[in-house]
Amino acid sequence: MKRILSMAFASAGALSLQGCAGLQSALDPKGPAASELAWLIWFFTGLCAVVWVLVMIALAAPLTMRSRAQAEPLAIDPGADGRKLRVVMTAVGVTAVILVGLTLLSFFANRTLAAIGSDAALTIRVTGHQWWWEVRYENAMPSRILTTANEIHIPSGEPVRLLLTSTDVIHSFWIPSLSGKLDLIPGHTNVLDIKADKPGVYRGQCAEFCGVQHANMGTFIIAEPRAKFDTWWNDQLRPAADPTGDEAKAGEDLFQRRPCVMCHRIGGTPAGGTVAPDLTHIASRQTLAAGTLTMSRGNLAAWIADPQSIKPGSHMPVVELNGDELNAIVAYLEGLK
Amino acid sequence: MRLGLATLVCVTLALGACQREERDTRPQSSLGSGEQPTPVTTLEPGGQRPSPSDNKAASFEANAFHLSEGKRLFGWFNCSGCHANGGGGMGPALMDEKWIYGSSMESIHATIRDGRPNGMPSFREKIPDDQIWELAAFVRSLGGNAPSSAAPSRNDDMMTHPSENRMPDAATLGKSP
Repeated sequence: MKRILSMAFASAGALSLQGCAGLQSALDPKGPAASELAWLIWFFTGLCAVVWVLVMIALAAPLTMRSRAQAEPLAIDPGADGRKLRVVMTAVGVTAVILVGLTLLSFFANRTLAAIGSDAALTIRVTGHQWWWEVRYENAMPSRILTTANEIHIPSGEPVRLLLTSTDVIHSFWIPSLSGKLDLIPGHTNVLDIKADKPGVYRGQCAEFCGVQHANMGTFIIAEPRAKFDTWWNDQLRPAADPTGDEAKAGEDLFQRRPCVMCHRIGGTPAGGTVAPDLTHIASRQTLAAGTLTMSRGNLAAWIADPQSIKPGSHMPVVELNGDELNAIVAYLEGLK
Repeated sequence: MRLGLATLVCVTLALGACQREERDTRPQSSLGSGEQPTPVTTLEPGGQRPSPSDNKAASFEANAFHLSEGKRLFGWFNCSGCHANGGGGMGPALMDEKWIYGSSMESIHATIRDGRPNGMPSFREKIPDDQIWELAAFVRSLGGNAPSSAAPSRNDDMMTHPSENRMPDAATLGKSP
């Protein structure tokens, strides 16, 4: 019985440690901000654990120690008060030193975080919506401004400045592997600087309850070398690919005539809605519906056919489409690479 | 005995608070507006427009969720471009007593779905039927025709008129009790 229990504990422990790695973990830092925060939390946890153990020993000791047998129980020990005072004052002094030390550590960590983006060359505006992320790459040249959704490409090894705001309720932007969290507040812009040391994919999640689909409001940061990032940016700036094949052509026509066009934008076509994700290059993204589904023809069809069973309460309505119409629209969207 | 009774009453009252409004995010029948006939004449026997086959007026007009969804869509679909937050501009005002084509939910639904002469476009295939009903319910609330317990409350941004739940009740407006 004991062996089974200990084995269960060991495997549970191993499993929970597994959860610390991966593409979304504050304990597996992949950037300077996250490293600073991870170091801070480990140091705080370690020091507080030591203090806790010492306090527990100090509490337990008098319970287990046998008191010295005194010859005269009523005799007053003239040095006792002084000794007790010294012990208490020492404990107070050590506590004060530890607290001031931790405050200073936290202060210097904050200074490091604030310095990360001081020379950021790239500014991205991230706008929170119920329940997706609008991503706009700012540029001095209007023709270089790029709007996309839910997937944020950044050059690795370079600091990036994120301007965070929201259009409806308060959301919170959190990429645990890269940075701490910061709120997106309607009518206010918060600034968060991030940097990914190495190329990779890092998952993020809305960290402020924002409505029924708060849990399905994910995002992906894709860090890649500068050259690859520039290629991606140039590709995304192109207008949408022309549909090839009769089915996709019919899909484009349907997209412009049916409710899709009321909310979504597809660059290079009359569809210019700005209240829902930009679909100009939707097929180049890895996920659908803010990280809810992986991108595939089947998932795309499922999402369009009945978004309310996949993400109940989301603002994408159920649209009346027959099978042929659905296939045509999916064929069209699938070609928007 | 008396204490037990009091506890029972309290628990019953507390449980009563658990009841909440249903949020109907999926249309009951997936085929609605496409099946509905387009009127070919403005002449309607008895002056009464035939009721749509899938009439949702009763279930939508006092439902807080549908009213607030209607308010969101009113902004998203730029109804304000012509109707200016209900005050009227290029299009007629929506918060007064004058209704060219009738102020009932069914009439407003038909107006949005099929359009009207002199400018109102048809949104028949552009807006799903349930969303048209939501817009119609919200438009009615602009003139104080929705219960104040369900109508949307104040905007987060510029207030152009009192919030819908503070509009004077259209049924008693201008009449002394």
